[in-house]
Amino acid sequence: MANELLLETSDISLSLQGKLILDSVDLAVHRGEIVTLIGPNGAGKSTLVRVVLGLIKANRGEVKITPGVRIGYMPQRLTIDPVLPLTVRRFLTLACRCTEGKLVEILTETGATHLLDSPMQTLSGGETQRVLLARALLRDPDLLILDEPVQGVDVTGQEELYKLISNIRKHHRCGILMISHDLHMVMSATDRVLCLNRHVCCSGHPDTVRVDPSYVALFGRIPTLMPYSHHHDHSHNVHGDVVQSDDEHKGCNHG
Amino acid sequence: MDDFLLRALLAGLGVALVAGPLGSFVVWRRMAYFGDTLAHAALLGVALGFLLEFNANIGVIIVCVVLALMLVALQQQQRLASDTLLGILSHTTLSLGLIAIAFMETVRIDLMSYLFGDILTVTTTDLYWIWGCAAVALAVLIAIWRPLLAITVHEELAQVEGVPVTRIRLALMLLMAVVIAVSMKVVGILLITSLLVIPAATARTFARNPEQMAVLAATVGCVAVSGGLSASLQWDLPAGPAIVVSAALLFFISHLWWNRRERASS
Repeated sequence: MANELLLETSDISLSLQGKLILDSVDLAVHRGEIVTLIGPNGAGKSTLVRVVLGLIKANRGEVKITPGVRIGYMPQRLTIDPVLPLTVRRFLTLACRCTEGKLVEILTETGATHLLDSPMQTLSGGETQRVLLARALLRDPDLLILDEPVQGVDVTGQEELYKLISNIRKHHRCGILMISHDLHMVMSATDRVLCLNRHVCCSGHPDTVRVDPSYVALFGRIPTLMPYSHHHDHSHNVHGDVVQSDDEHKGCNHG
Repeated sequence: MDDFLLRALLAGLGVALVAGPLGSFVVWRRMAYFGDTLAHAALLGVALGFLLEFNANIGVIIVCVVLALMLVALQQQQRLASDTLLGILSHTTLSLGLIAIAFMETVRIDLMSYLFGDILTVTTTDLYWIWGCAAVALAVLIAIWRPLLAITVHEELAQVEGVPVTRIRLALMLLMAVVIAVSMKVVGILLITSLLVIPAATARTFARNPEQMAVLAATVGCVAVSGGLSASLQWDLPAGPAIVVSAALLFFISHLWWNRRERASS
């Protein structure tokens, strides 16, 4: 079944402290497709993902995860206190009691085999993302949920990561739901885009969304010849507020 | 060796063995102040034990558990930061304990021994309590080790992966309460946190993985207890503080050694 439904939400609404964060959001992810959530800061992307994961409860609406569907989750950021001695190997085996063979297989896929015995605290932004991706994959997920998978990664690294995610979809035959800030690059790596600004502004194939008036109103038109990309010098907390980032320069760490 | 010395040593070792691994989590999860607050409340538990005429250990465990649950509930509100809350509760409960004990005219309580420990008067019954509680606490800690480590590294990730976060956190609170209750006799209410934090912080220098750190922390704790007791015997020092100071010495030595090695390798 290529089009098996993995996840469906209907009419998700959520207010926090009297402020409407999500307004009647419908979302569906099928096996083998990549759905990307885009939207401005504070649009509720991370909140929606947290509702889907069951980490917070919506005021209204329903999240239906098809029975038997296993979710692999890659959180937006991971900071491990230096006082906790933790190698990549130990970090990965926290998720599952897997064999050495499986560990190496998955790490080879995400391109992080050489990091197996490194302390988690020494990883660069891109390396951390690859290790987090590996941890999600170790669970043999049917549905991968990635919260800003290219955060803290330089532009070429971002392209590689999106390619990797695309390969994972093919290789593992799973559905992928991801959040992205970076509009241009994610467009080429995705099947369906959901433009979120509290409510779903528009959704569909990237080419359709790109010219949708509500999308253009939010982001402006993307020039076709000059790819739009921008760097963040800040990051966002779960409410979408800007918070000072402590790893601004992780992206340029080539070791 | 005299009987009372042997009992003191056994009591100290029993506490150190469980305080090391549990203390590692206290350090990893930044719960030192939380531990302090629970410990301060222990005096209220002692008073409760006398008042209702049951074992002081049980009184302490009950008070610590109730306080831990209260703290978890209070932390849900957003108005006050955690450390402010802990600061309020920590000293309020200590004062309440002191007042409750002052009110009990029929029993005479040696306050100093509760505040700073009285390891040299450990009885055989105390030993049963210490080793019994330590064994159970260690067994529980080993049983929940992996999920506890998972929520320490990233709570939401662990939750998505199916770890029952609330239950594991409750278990950790219970463990803290039990260990604080049995450590009281050894170093006293005001010094308990040091037995949790200092050996773990010392062990960090040498550990390559969490398990190593836990085992090393237990070892460091045992060395500190033995060293402190010998010093106490040798120079007639108060035993509880001597144990804490010997742990602190180990900590400084380990970090000096660490700094030298860092400099040598760079």
